[in-house]
Amino acid sequence: MSAFRAAVVTFPGSNCDRDMADALEKISGGAPLRVWHGDAELPERLDFIALPGGFSYGDYLRCGAIASRSPIMRAVIEAAGRGVPVLGVCNGFQVLTESGLLPGALLRNSGIRFVCREVALKVENNQSLFTAGYDAGQTIRIPVAHHDGNFYADDATLDRLEGEGRVAFRYAEAVNGSARDIAGVLNEAGNVLGMMPHPERAIEAAHGGSDGRALFQSAVKGLVGA
Amino acid sequence: MKVRVHVSLKPGVLDPQGRAIHHSLEGLGFSGVNEVRAGRLIELDVDEGVSDDSLDEMCRKLLANMVIENYRIEKAAA
Repeated sequence: MSAFRAAVVTFPGSNCDRDMADALEKISGGAPLRVWHGDAELPERLDFIALPGGFSYGDYLRCGAIASRSPIMRAVIEAAGRGVPVLGVCNGFQVLTESGLLPGALLRNSGIRFVCREVALKVENNQSLFTAGYDAGQTIRIPVAHHDGNFYADDATLDRLEGEGRVAFRYAEAVNGSARDIAGVLNEAGNVLGMMPHPERAIEAAHGGSDGRALFQSAVKGLVGA
Repeated sequence: MKVRVHVSLKPGVLDPQGRAIHHSLEGLGFSGVNEVRAGRLIELDVDEGVSDDSLDEMCRKLLANMVIENYRIEKAAA
């Protein structure tokens, strides 16, 4: 097995970057490279890029809006275009929609309140690099912690996402008012996944659950072989 | 030149903040309010030479998210 080269991007206000790096290290066996938002270039030969959760730039203007225009994001968009897998969790998902790498937008939760708890998710698509380790239709439990996770897209976009199998995860319970209960979506090529729930917070028993492990295991296995 | 950019949610996009403001107004005893939509006002001070096209591009590239928001540019009288 060749080494898995991952990078975790830190924006000012990211707060799940360490958890993300820790999860990637525990599952891939190698410490990911850490990249700062102001860097203009990513390290070479990356297998995987993670955009972590948090409150980049204090959620100023819109969640993820300023971060998505930072220098490193030009490199991330270019890498995603070349097919490098990109995972955005929570604020990372917001950054991906703001950057245009994923469709839609994340609005304020319909119940106004910040939601911080473990939720049930249904795996809708287990054919992607990120979800191959799950069974189709499997219910998993992953924590969420967000104020703006209410996925919105127009009906035509939602129909297209569903028709193309790009809904990776759906909430199996009421969480934030997301259109069609969408919790995570893939880009057209399948190499970019954005999701509000935090798989990196569910990788070992001490977390209270380990249903997030399979996501990282799928990616590592898919990219460098078992 | 003073420029005001009014950013508002597109019709049909749910506005939980507007709804909360609405409930709060009702709680204060104000009646007759049918709906509240919250937007954002961004004030810019720009050089006279900044073109309308450039202002438009600022809105589309950053100030508004065209997936969910509309914008209106208002230039203050000199």
